[in-house]
Amino acid sequence: MNWVGRRLPRSEDPPLLRGEGRYVPDIAIGARVVRFLRSPVASGRITALRPPAEMPPGCLFVTGADLAEVQPIKPGLRRFNYRAVEQPVLPIERVHFVGQAIAAIVAPGAALAEDLLEACELDIAAEDPVIGFDAALAPDAALVHPIAPGNVAVEGELRPEAFAETLASAAHMVEFAFRSGRQSAMPLEGRGGVAEYDRATGRIRLSASAQMPHQLRTGIAQLLGMPEADLQVIAPDVGGGFGQKMALFPEYPVLVWLARKHRGRFAWVEDRNENLIASAHSRDQRHVLRAGFDAEGRLLALEADILADVGAFSVFPTTCAVEPLMALAEYPGPYKVPAYAVRTRGVLTHTCPMAPYRGVSRPVITFGIERVMDRAAAALGLAPDEIRRRNLHDVFPARSATGMVLDEASYIQALDEAVHILDIPAFRARQAAARAQGRYLGLGLSVFNERTGYGTPAFAARSMDVVPGYEVVDIAMLPSGEVEARIGSSPHGQGLRTTLSQIIADRLGLDPGHIRIIHGDTDRTPYGWGSFASRSLVIGGGACQVAADKLADKLRRGAARLLQCEPSDVTLRDGNAVAGAASMPIAELARLAHQRSELLSDAIGFNLAETGQYDPGGTFSNACHAAIVEVEAETGHVRVERYLVVEDAGRIINPMIADGQVQGGVAQGIANALFEEVIYAPDGTPLTGTLADYTPPTCAEIPEIEIHHLETISDATITGAKGLGEGGSIGAPAAIANAISDALSPFGVDVAEFPATPPRIRALVRGRAPRA
Amino acid sequence: MTEVRFTVNGAAQCAEVEPRLTLADMLREECGLTGTHLGCEHGVCGACTVLMDGLPVRGCLVFGVQAEGADIRTVEGLAAPDGTLNVLQRAFQAQHGLQCGFCTPGFLMLATWMLEQPGGVDEARLRDVLASNLCRCTGYQNILAAVRAAAQEMGVWKG
Amino acid sequence: MKPASFAHHAPLTLEEALALLARHGEEARVLAGGQSLVPTMAFRMARPAVLVDINRIAALDHVTVEGSVLRIGALARHARFETPAVAGPLGALLARVAHHIAHPPLRLRGTFCGSLAHADPASEWCATALALEARMVLARADGLREVAAEDWFQGVFSTAMAPGEMLREVVLPLPAPAWRGGFAEFARRAGDFALAMAVVGLRLEGGVVRGARIALGGIGGQPVLAREAMALLESQPPSPALLEEAAATAARHCDPQEDLHAPAEYRRELVAVMVKRALRQAVSA
Repeated sequence: MNWVGRRLPRSEDPPLLRGEGRYVPDIAIGARVVRFLRSPVASGRITALRPPAEMPPGCLFVTGADLAEVQPIKPGLRRFNYRAVEQPVLPIERVHFVGQAIAAIVAPGAALAEDLLEACELDIAAEDPVIGFDAALAPDAALVHPIAPGNVAVEGELRPEAFAETLASAAHMVEFAFRSGRQSAMPLEGRGGVAEYDRATGRIRLSASAQMPHQLRTGIAQLLGMPEADLQVIAPDVGGGFGQKMALFPEYPVLVWLARKHRGRFAWVEDRNENLIASAHSRDQRHVLRAGFDAEGRLLALEADILADVGAFSVFPTTCAVEPLMALAEYPGPYKVPAYAVRTRGVLTHTCPMAPYRGVSRPVITFGIERVMDRAAAALGLAPDEIRRRNLHDVFPARSATGMVLDEASYIQALDEAVHILDIPAFRARQAAARAQGRYLGLGLSVFNERTGYGTPAFAARSMDVVPGYEVVDIAMLPSGEVEARIGSSPHGQGLRTTLSQIIADRLGLDPGHIRIIHGDTDRTPYGWGSFASRSLVIGGGACQVAADKLADKLRRGAARLLQCEPSDVTLRDGNAVAGAASMPIAELARLAHQRSELLSDAIGFNLAETGQYDPGGTFSNACHAAIVEVEAETGHVRVERYLVVEDAGRIINPMIADGQVQGGVAQGIANALFEEVIYAPDGTPLTGTLADYTPPTCAEIPEIEIHHLETISDATITGAKGLGEGGSIGAPAAIANAISDALSPFGVDVAEFPATPPRIRALVRGRAPRA
Repeated sequence: MTEVRFTVNGAAQCAEVEPRLTLADMLREECGLTGTHLGCEHGVCGACTVLMDGLPVRGCLVFGVQAEGADIRTVEGLAAPDGTLNVLQRAFQAQHGLQCGFCTPGFLMLATWMLEQPGGVDEARLRDVLASNLCRCTGYQNILAAVRAAAQEMGVWKG
Repeated sequence: MKPASFAHHAPLTLEEALALLARHGEEARVLAGGQSLVPTMAFRMARPAVLVDINRIAALDHVTVEGSVLRIGALARHARFETPAVAGPLGALLARVAHHIAHPPLRLRGTFCGSLAHADPASEWCATALALEARMVLARADGLREVAAEDWFQGVFSTAMAPGEMLREVVLPLPAPAWRGGFAEFARRAGDFALAMAVVGLRLEGGVVRGARIALGGIGGQPVLAREAMALLESQPPSPALLEEAAATAARHCDPQEDLHAPAEYRRELVAVMVKRALRQAVSA
């Protein structure tokens, strides 16, 4: 029986549905409550910081001075003119953004802790903050950090020889300047941690809502100068992450420091306001594109000038280069771009730091290049699908303009499939009829590829001090015949326990119900990297397959000994080891291997344990998204009438879970496209600190998302699976913006900013009469 | 401190609380019922939705002392004592109506209330009610599908 | 995000509640539905030392027609209006408005009078009260007084209510048979506070508009009447062109404010659209 490819219900679900999940806030109950005093100003010098005049018993006040031995957070990158900005865990001299943690209060209860926060004495000599690109890059701008001249923390540039000539020779030039608004990943569960001192062992257990528990452990041990072996990090049930929970945030080392020093149990559970202003943001970018096309609509040269606001600090371990360098590397996307020149800069400002968020720059670059395609199509009189067809890679493996290998994919087929399903001629007729009544419908396409499952080589090319990539899985069969797989990766809601068990089940001929996936505990899992970059299923799944294959080999050798045949004669299926007419239950084999080892040890040794490692070069999934919207010209309201995804992520391990990832990703992409923006006042005060002001959509705003799959199996991964966790978010802003632009084409305007909010759409059409 | 007496999922409870402790915090901290989650604490996300005297409330917008004498139902009361999922919970699993699970208890309690109302549920009502809560993982589609499926199984769907 | 400390009283009678309010004066707030007050307490933007919780005073939970008025007690929840509280166009208008307030759980808990006491500039009931010439019945330990809607609103979250007083009841005059209402608002998400709204009431008599009232909400510190547009409509036949002109007039003369969600200019445009829609609804009802 094949388990891969089935819509297996998730083994994760029953406890979550009974309210029996265990998230950090649940573990926090009963611990001493930690709250952080946060800076109310964006930039300034701390002139006074004192605890409340009266501290009730059991309460503590902790400042940077108390943490003098703790090292600052200093993520590193060896190229791209990177400036190694340091972030003190708690600052002593200066603050750099509103919301930065300055001191910690510990109290027996949360409300009392917040009372005490109000009673702390904090004086900051405020200085004019650097907010926004124009202020940061002004010639006389104040420096956010002296180490970064011009407020540029990282800078990358590629410019092939004779690029300018190539661009100038193009028959048609499209220029497109746009910006993407700052956004928050906004997992429904915020950050939080519980650090507990174990008096029996002297060790600390940190339970944290984190995507990279092993990195958190290594990073915190380094900062605190404590034995890494004395720190156990657990990521229990994690209430969403989407990238935000990759970072080593300063609050976590404070918790561990408290637990060690005071030999107790300390918990910090952030509230929504902290999450919105002080965790991490993303996507605050401004790009200028110049694209040269020949007379037939073929892209000859693309030039990109990219600015990415990285906030006030650089996050560990990915660094603040993650967004600007992703944009640099992947702008050409699925398109043949013979000549590509790019300059990208990460710009420091007195704002909340940036961390990866689902898609990492690719929603922005896809917006850029897909809008360019539509503009070029309009200028050249081509249909939007036709200009894409003329430019998409169609011979694989292909090499991108930045040297990446594009493995076997279905760029044109996905586009064709979407166009076929949409019935564009019928839509155009409907659009024309609606226009005659003053209603504005539009259709937008978005074609992209999504680099997924990339291992160490890809990250090493970025020259980070901490190079992620591989995954390791320790698999063992117990005497009962059940299997435990300990994975270095760490899920945050995506159902990895289920999908990995499907992969292993097929390799071992077992029911997935007999397979336990153990994750998120540094004491019980091999060193690994966690969940991010659409990698867990590809790389963790690959490592599971390698491990399971090694175990299967061992089982076959053991079975061959008992069944008196060759290992190659043995197949594992439906819980049995079968060789011709002879067979035995795998569970019996497992029992004998452990408890009657004298029968088997010379064939298989003394255990049924194996380790699998996997470190692929990377693979590109791809998709074509299409949106049909109706824009209400008099209010600027956008209704998404239809949303179609034709997705190719190679072999689908569990179609139900895959579709869930796409749906969730698209919903976040629509949120990014239309609804969500973190806004700062000119003085650096964040204005979107509540869910009344930062506005994720409800089910009333998100349409049904229609998904069709293609399955191109490339040899880039051993399971045939490509990642798809981010694609939904990557494609949606462009599809929505192109649809709005199509709808508004009678007004002669198009979208160059997202989120495309109703006031912004009104600003586009204000004072313009539609052409007939 | 104020003494509050109420029932949760049919069991009598008594708690000594500060008046400022919200119902959600009281359920979590005093009753050990951590299935009720807090996603925003200002009444927008709905993750803390519980039923109070038969009506859905944001557990963060009601104080624990206000539950005096009230009958509270939480997510922990949905499954059978042996853990067997009820029809709505089963539908959430079958339709993949949850990913990280953090918003799930709030959606389950909101939907429980809606499905128990006389008059049945149609598509407009479904969207209107479920738009009360936020989910960040699923894109909502499968939550709607799950509640629709449960309504059909319960014979209250008016599709 | 936990409120500051307070004392909680849950009196069983109005008299007890008023005595508590008299005793604690400015330190006390009435807790009815709490759907606006509790979030502001969670952010510690409101920090009453005393909450007088009126949820146990059954006598305040009424919506009743009495003579020529509709009396709405302090505990009447928004959801009470989703099915018409009174026959005819008034009940239909209130139902339409109620459906736009937040979301079902908040509508089941939040109260009509609480909205008026809280006086959020974007509250649907506040604009409705102004359009419908509501009268606010304020009770205090030693008496009662009534305040007309036009005198009630005194800026953002600010009303004519004095310390020690409680908004016991809101009284809506029952309209004449020829009366009809209209309501339109624009919000970005389902249940959000509107960026602009219009509540309209008018009589159609002998083919012309009489006594039109247009209240605008969500655009500034408090709901306002679009008096110029109201005057323009008086005694005119409700042609599409007239409604457009009235809407444009309302937009021209209003004073919308800019905030995070919308520039003033955009709000002015929305006013024109919402007034137009509300008027069309009213005349076609």
